[in-house]
Formats: sequence, C-alpha cells, structure tokens
Amino acid sequence: MQRNHNHTTIVTVEKVINETPTVRTLVFSDEVMSQALPGQFAMVWIPGINELPMSIMISEESGKTAFTVRKHGSASTGLFNIEEGQQIGVRGPYGNSFDVKEGNLLLVGGGTGLVPMMRLLTFVKPTDNVTVLIGAKSKDEVFFEDLANSLLKNNSHKIIVSTDDGSYGEKGYVTDLVEKLVSENPYDGVYVCGPEIMMHKTVLAANSKNIFVQASLERMMKCGVGICGSCCIGEDLVCKDGTIFDGNHLSQNKEFGIFHRNKAGILENY
Amino acid sequence: MEPSITTSIGQIQLKRPVMLASGILGISLDVFNRLYRSGAGAVVTKSLSTEPWEGYPNPTIFSIGGGGWMNAVGLSNPGAPNFAKMIEPNNDVPIIVSLVGSIPKDFELMIKQFENCKVTAYELNLSCPHVAKVGLEVGDDPELVKEIVTTAKNSTKTPVIAKVGLGTTHYLKTVGTAIESGIDAITAINTVRAMAIDVETQRPILSNKFGGLSGTPIKPIALRCVYEISSKYDIPIIGCGGISTWEDAVEFFLAGASAIQLGSAIGDNWISVFDDINKGVLKYMKKKNYSTIQEMIGLAKKS
Repeated sequence: MQRNHNHTTIVTVEKVINETPTVRTLVFSDEVMSQALPGQFAMVWIPGINELPMSIMISEESGKTAFTVRKHGSASTGLFNIEEGQQIGVRGPYGNSFDVKEGNLLLVGGGTGLVPMMRLLTFVKPTDNVTVLIGAKSKDEVFFEDLANSLLKNNSHKIIVSTDDGSYGEKGYVTDLVEKLVSENPYDGVYVCGPEIMMHKTVLAANSKNIFVQASLERMMKCGVGICGSCCIGEDLVCKDGTIFDGNHLSQNKEFGIFHRNKAGILENY
Repeated sequence: MEPSITTSIGQIQLKRPVMLASGILGISLDVFNRLYRSGAGAVVTKSLSTEPWEGYPNPTIFSIGGGGWMNAVGLSNPGAPNFAKMIEPNNDVPIIVSLVGSIPKDFELMIKQFENCKVTAYELNLSCPHVAKVGLEVGDDPELVKEIVTTAKNSTKTPVIAKVGLGTTHYLKTVGTAIESGIDAITAINTVRAMAIDVETQRPILSNKFGGLSGTPIKPIALRCVYEISSKYDIPIIGCGGISTWEDAVEFFLAGASAIQLGSAIGDNWISVFDDINKGVLKYMKKKNYSTIQEMIGLAKKS
C-alpha cells in the first residue's frame, strides 16, 4: 500500500548524537524522509507527549535521516529525551524547498537553523564557492562545523563561526557579519534559517544589495497541511506556502520579523 | 444566458455557494481575503469563545486516508474581543462568525463585540464533539438550545445559523428546537465523534484521545441529514461534511442545501478546491439548463 504522507509512520531511533549539552541528533531509517528536499520538514510525534514540526536533517548513511533538536519547551524536550530504540512518529515531508542557485553562495544558520543548511550543502555543485556562517551563543553551543567542512571538502569554501560572547570564532552577532559579507561579496544566493530577527536582518541586508535571498520561517504549527491556520503570516501559510520564502516576498509581509502568533492565534511581538 | 451560481440562505446572499467551514484556516483577515479571492463565497471563522483558548496539545490533526481526517484541535481561538478587532477593517469578505459557549450570556456578550464589524451571519456551534461543556453537550440539551438561540436572536439583527451534529439528542429534534426559537438557517453537520489508535505504539494518536472525523467518509451521513432536515422542515440549510468535488456539492443541493461548506478537502487539495467546485457546478448547470442554483435545491426529493 502506498504510504499516506499525512498519516503518522512509526520509526525507531537507531542512534542519538550529542551535538551540544542542549542539542541532540536522532538518527532513524526512513527512505521517504531521507529523500526530502533542502528545507522540507516533518511533523514529529513523540507518543504521549506532543507533536512538533522539525526540519529534516541529513544522515551520512544512505536511507537514513535524522532530526536535530534543541530542548526548549515540553515538546522539544520530549524529543530531546528520546533514547536509542525508542519509537517516534513522522508524517511529511512537508513544505517547499530552497531554490538552489549556482556560483557564490552564503548560507547562514543560527542554532538548529543549521539543519536545513546541512541538507542544502548536499545539493551544491562542486564548482560553487560556498561560505557557511554559523551563529551560536557560546563555544558550548557550536555544532555542525566539522560536518559542514566535510560536506564541502570538494568545494572552494569557508566556514565562519561567530559566538555572541566571543568564546569561539568571531565575537558578536551573526547579523553583523552577514551585513559585512553581503556588502563585500557579489553572492548569487543567500540562504538563512534561525531566529526570526536574524533572518529579518539578513533578508534586509541582501535585499538592499539586490542579492537573491531565501529564509526558512518557523511558526506554531498544528496540522502542517494548511488546515488549522496556526502558522499564518499575513496571508501566507508557512506550512503550505513555505517554509521557504524569497526576500522580495518577505519584504512585503507586514508580520515578518515583527509578530508571531501564540497557541490561541493572537499576534505577539518578537 | 450564463447561469448564475449566486445563492441565498434566507436573508443571506452569496455570490458563490461554497464556503470555508468553521475551524479551518480561520484566524487572520489576510487569509480570509485570500480565500475569498480563491473562490470561497463566504468564510466561517474558527469558533470563538469569550476568552482566548489555546486548544489541546498536538497531535491535533492528521489524515486517516481516503479523504478522511481526524481532529481534536480543542477550539483554539483568540477569543471574540481580539477577533472582532482583527476583522474590523473588513469590507469585502462575507464573514460568518462562529461562536461557542456554555450559557446564553456568553453568546450575547460575544455578539456585542462585533457591533463595529461587517458580519454576514453568526453560526452557533452547537455540535463540536470533543470539548466539554460546549458544542455537542450544549446541542444535546434542548432547553439550553432554546435559550441560546433566543438570546442570540435577541442580540442582533444579523441572521443567526445553528450548526448541528450527531449527538445523543436526535439532531432533528435540535433543529426543531432551534427553528421554534427563531433560527434563520441550519448548518448540518459537524464532525462525528471518533478516534484512531496507533497499532505500533498502542495508544490513541490524538492527545485528546477522542476527536471529530471529517472528510469523505462522513459525506453520505451528512447528505442523509440534509435530506432529512429538508424533508421535515422549511428552513434554509447549509450542507457540510466531506464535500470535496463539484459532484458532492450538487448532491447536497439536490438533497436540499442552499449552500455548502468544506474544510477537510483543503488538506488534500489545498485552496484551489473552491474554484474547482464553482466551475464544476456552473458547468453542470449549463448542461442541465439551470439558470439559478435555486432551481436544483431539493430536486432529489421529487418522486
């Protein structure tokens, strides 16, 4: 029988990787999810706890895929606490994917916003010149630096880490570096995923230089399929129209970078 | 002459007969505008309560296949006062405000909030199958139905619709009570109380365990209800339940519905479903030589 992408499929977590004290990667086998396009997400059920949208992480093993989760609220902490051998449910993949440009690319990821960037790196051409900007609060919270290096071993590339407290890499906010980089380099494409303020600043910076930019947005989600409306931003539904949006489109959106909706659907300031 | 797909549900005039059902996509005016542009004749809001509600934890919505969907969102909504403020700028979109509450006073208070808004109608949710103290628990109590409908009718000149479902009191009795209390139209039906269990983890999938079944599997049930209501009572009916194609829509017209609502079909077909149905209905009308929707309403009851 053909798999119903809108119904949960149960998978067993085969490996748990501690990325940082608060971030783990859970690896599992799933042919469908392993073929997700960069930026696509799944709705992930933690039985008895909750269900939440997760960007689909890559695995180095064929046919396997993963989620990389930071413990934050009850749902993400529930997923973080899943151990090897335990079961979770997945449905999807959902959403659109990054429009992969060629040439000189800048990928910006804050925290677990690096997840779609890692999958995007598996889609770059060997001729592309790729810069990956990794933003983290402190040295303890830096992850995927080695992974990005290994994924780009055949490319001309640069990995830049910036930490808010300067304990590793460059000191300061990642957005200051973005502004500097886009003013100095004629990028063919800029891709960003992370906290919304970071994405907002990145989009503004790229737009001001007429550089193609896409951001992967995050909103409260219940259904993932355009029924519940929880993830609306202006007239767009993040689950159906996104999660990836072009910078030009986002610059017209009155909510991007300013508001999100809470569980009751009320607009709240970032 | 080109047939017209305009329709009227009592006093309510709509340019197109297919509406967005309550509970679906209904929290932002920008989205309402988009749905209207996409072909919806009206949008019904999420059921609003006097206070904001967060609803149940996930999982709250998933497909069971075959066009069937399960949900127990738990009536999450921003509350009537916040919502009224949000739709105040609306001028273009026919908005039907769905309301949910436990006592007559709730409905009076909520309707007051919309004094400065353009509201096409109110729809009283007397049939949500998965939230305690409201919805079906109210709809199953004829005395409460009578008081709520009377209070709502006395609170506004705008038409008031009652949405009924399959509870422990026969829905035809609830419809009768609502009509006696002055209701302007009936929406039938709501989702049907149901559940799904995951065989691997051996637990109910919905966090609330029980939820409402919607989509294709309930269409024949909803159609039967519309037919029964229109056979027994002289009241405008809005058909709702599993409609995803123009053929489904026509079936409901033939059973006696003046207009239809859909929701689950959006999960399978996204919002092009509105325009697809409008076009299909129009084509059918040309073929059958009807100039108005009115001409086919209830035709299946002839013989």
